[in-house]
Amino acid sequence: MFCSCSADYFGKEPNTHTCPVCLALPGALPYINEEAINDCIKIGLALNCTVADKSLFERKNYFYPDLPKGYQISQYRWPLTVNGWIEVVGQDGKTKKIRINRAHQEEDTGKLTHKDSNTLIDFNRSGVPLVEIVTEPDFSDTTQIVDYAKKLQQIFRYLEVSNADMERGDMRLEANISVRPVGQTTLPNYRVELKNINSFRFMMAAVEYEIKRQIAALEKGERLQQETRGWNEDKKETFLQRVKEEANDYRYFPEPDLPKLKISENQINQIKSELPELPVQKSVRFQKEFGLRLDQILVLIESSELSEFYERAVEVGRSHHIDPKIIANFIINRKINIEETAPTEIIEQILESKAGIVEDPGQIEGLAAEVISENPQIAADFKKGKETALQALIGAGMKKRKGKVSVEILKSTLENLLQKE
Amino acid sequence: MGNDITKLTLTETLKLLEEKKVSTAELNKAYLERIEKYNPQLNAYLYVNHDNEKIPAAIKDVISTKGFPTTASSKILEGFIPPYDATVITNLESQGVRAIGKTNCDEFAMGGSGENSAYGATKNPWDQTKVTGGSSGGSAAAVASDLCVFALGSDTGGSIRQPSSLTGIVGLKPSYGRVSRYGLIAMASSLDQIGPMTKSVEDAALVLDWISGSDGYDSNCTKEKFSLTPSRWKAGIKRLKVGVPKEYFGEGLDPKVKQVIEDAIKKLEELGAEIVEVSLPHSEYALAAYYIIVPSEVSSNMARFDGIRYGFGREKIGPEVKRRIMLGTYTLSTGYYDEYYAKAAKVRTLIKGDFDKAFEKVDVIVGPVSPTTAWNLGEKVDDPLTMYLADIYTISANLAGIPGLSVPCGFSEGLPVGLQILGKQFDEETILRVGYAYEQATDWRKEKPKL
Repeated sequence: MFCSCSADYFGKEPNTHTCPVCLALPGALPYINEEAINDCIKIGLALNCTVADKSLFERKNYFYPDLPKGYQISQYRWPLTVNGWIEVVGQDGKTKKIRINRAHQEEDTGKLTHKDSNTLIDFNRSGVPLVEIVTEPDFSDTTQIVDYAKKLQQIFRYLEVSNADMERGDMRLEANISVRPVGQTTLPNYRVELKNINSFRFMMAAVEYEIKRQIAALEKGERLQQETRGWNEDKKETFLQRVKEEANDYRYFPEPDLPKLKISENQINQIKSELPELPVQKSVRFQKEFGLRLDQILVLIESSELSEFYERAVEVGRSHHIDPKIIANFIINRKINIEETAPTEIIEQILESKAGIVEDPGQIEGLAAEVISENPQIAADFKKGKETALQALIGAGMKKRKGKVSVEILKSTLENLLQKE
Repeated sequence: MGNDITKLTLTETLKLLEEKKVSTAELNKAYLERIEKYNPQLNAYLYVNHDNEKIPAAIKDVISTKGFPTTASSKILEGFIPPYDATVITNLESQGVRAIGKTNCDEFAMGGSGENSAYGATKNPWDQTKVTGGSSGGSAAAVASDLCVFALGSDTGGSIRQPSSLTGIVGLKPSYGRVSRYGLIAMASSLDQIGPMTKSVEDAALVLDWISGSDGYDSNCTKEKFSLTPSRWKAGIKRLKVGVPKEYFGEGLDPKVKQVIEDAIKKLEELGAEIVEVSLPHSEYALAAYYIIVPSEVSSNMARFDGIRYGFGREKIGPEVKRRIMLGTYTLSTGYYDEYYAKAAKVRTLIKGDFDKAFEKVDVIVGPVSPTTAWNLGEKVDDPLTMYLADIYTISANLAGIPGLSVPCGFSEGLPVGLQILGKQFDEETILRVGYAYEQATDWRKEKPKL
């Protein structure tokens, strides 16, 4: 964030991605990485935040061996982007707006490894740009939390600002949990912070466990305290890591080594104009342009690469009059590996499977009539209202022509004939 | 040439080198001989580079030098050899200059007498029972006693100008943002600035030219380098408006020092300058604001010396440094921040406003650097508050970010007195112009201490 060491530290030899700045050698100074600032603004804009008029870095002072300066350069009173929102889907399937308090820029710390009675410090991660996104206390169930986390991850990947890999620690979640009696509108006077949990699934389990634990404790009349807990996957329970007896005094003050951030209207507009189409916008467009179902869309837009692959295939398919819905089904059902397949190949495969397929209405009408007369009992069932009977008739027709017949036309022809009778 | 070459200014030395009348080997030999002879009594150098092949400069020990010990005169960094050079060092290297040694100073530059060094005080070459001033005392003594061609110091509240004044040399604190601080061990990041300590005003201008300019490593140093335009800064001072702030001549100023300064101002008038009285009404609050901002930043800057790296524990940190860490930790604490740090920041804005207003009327402001000449070693060590008062005329320039020059302007009872010349931010040229005109019209620079 404040030097030019590579941020690609994962799995690298310890202390090889370092320089005087990120090692905090005496006399070294931070200098701002403009690209990181732009990325933070991108994230903020993607989360509907506004870029603050006044923004600056502050020093968060505390002692910890992974923090070589003895302070972290962060943002506290003047974050870069503020007041955004994101829509998530909860357990009830309903959409809820989660308010984003801020997306601010800071730097990562080093990494400690405890080995026997020794602690080893790796400063490769020290000073790597870190964006912290803070929501308001708007979540009311764990489905919303997981949906939120997945959507954030997807946005980061769309923006190409991070791999957002949980296992590698590119993306870390911290949930603050407290419970209150039904009907109470004010927030409880404590909160438990769940930290160091490196998967969505574990986070969901930890939050659910924690809600139950807290309700049980309160019902027993216990007083809950401000604390930090981790997740033990073997025991499937949270465990106490640190009690915050009193809030740490971080002695924040404006970072004197760095000037205030000046983000011009032009720069913001420039970044806005360069933002890629985000998942939410893409979803609406796919529905409108291609008439896809939501479940299809969600699969196709999971990554920007897959959605782009799909759109290229649609483009190629257009000259062969192939319905985008057929292409969507083909990609989803056959689980096409987009890294090994070209969009044109998909179209070729679809065309091939369609080769020799009878689409002539006259021929199909003959076939349908044959099928009905050969299966009078099934036809009668359908007329009595048994919807599945139609599938059996279609199946019989397909069998007679060894699959070389258009399912859609056969289906509508059968329906027509049966209704006429 | 013998010992005589050590008396020469940087400008004169460069000329001899260019004319091949002297080699850098001869130059280093001459200076090393003097260092060997006089450093044991003066304690100006903490480390001497015996293998120097370039033009020998003395570098204050708070400036990072690759391969040479850099301790900030503290035991907590004893034996620390940095793996990187400060930007100013890289810049000097490209001009053919290298450290002949690292100079003593107050520990982490915290002090105004040179006595806070963990390696013993530097002694004033003019009278070895006196302090050199600080914190760049070792650099000042090295220049004054011809133990280097020139030196670099750092100035957070007067640490270049005050020892320059007390040892009779030229010291320039550039505008904040003129010289990169990259590699300067931070005391108070928003005030620190590296600058030249030299045998002449022309040397100071030349060294500033060499070390200034943006390097991409100090985000607050965005200015282009300072460039010498001889036709402009050697143009004399006729009709130049010189402001004299009444607040700098009140109680606390030694009458004999006052007399020397007034004579110097008369000299400026003789040279054609127009003397104008100005007011800097918030001067009286500068010291209080300074001693909140400095410890606050110190408490954070010193946090990296947490005992995990560099080989020693925090018990190695000296008393003045500890005092500032404690003061600053307090003034930044929740509940006190607004009352102290935030308020001090406001005072700072007012002081800057004072200068802005004064500089609407005048081109430079002159006055004393220090209220007294060099005092006795040990005299103020037990009274930090009195020690802090020694900075009273110099700290405002740091708070306002403006440049300040100390030029030798006479003696009081055998001890040197410096004239302070303050200018607008990034207008080093005009203060150097005034300093040069004054220096050329007087003979003070020719006086040398008898060792």
